[in-house]
Amino acid sequence: MIFLSFFKTLVGKEIAVELKNDVVLTGTLHSVDQYLNVKLMNVQIINPEKYPQLTALQNCFVRGSVVRYIQIPPEHVDTELLQDAARKENAPASAASSSAN
Amino acid sequence: MAHSIKEWRDKSVCVVTSDGRIILGELVGHDQVQNLILNDAKERVFTEGSAPEMVELGLYVIRGDNVCMIADYDQNAWTEDAVPPLPPIQQHENI
Repeated sequence: MIFLSFFKTLVGKEIAVELKNDVVLTGTLHSVDQYLNVKLMNVQIINPEKYPQLTALQNCFVRGSVVRYIQIPPEHVDTELLQDAARKENAPASAASSSAN
Repeated sequence: MAHSIKEWRDKSVCVVTSDGRIILGELVGHDQVQNLILNDAKERVFTEGSAPEMVELGLYVIRGDNVCMIADYDQNAWTEDAVPPLPPIQQHENI
């Protein structure tokens, strides 16, 4: 859930999505769901000389299962906040395992 | 969201499948796992060394697993150059 919330904070920002077939798309993040399917508006292909087959695409829904990386501009990420949230999300489980020892 | 496909209902879309094929058609149905029904589907076949061809497929159902991207497109922006097909997505079979 933490990553879904995180990606939701990036809606409207320009991101790059690398697929498992090495194609990289950039576009404005329109929406993201629980499977991390993403929808990008005004998609541009990185390296259009190599992938001219995809130049006609405009707005694009990308299935989460084919995504390898999502690159995000660092200025839009609060790493402190993200780390805090990750710690909180994992806190109950780690407390339980330490009490079991 | 799953709703993000809904706006393409009854519109012409381009589906890129995980084996690298490009299928165009009118989206007449879909569900939450991206199973798709395309009416009047055509495949845009890219072959190295010869110009892209359109192959008529008719009514097509694509299982969600095989879907890579769904997009709307600019009809006039397709390349007419002889380019190789898209690379497939490497995936292990879960049988």
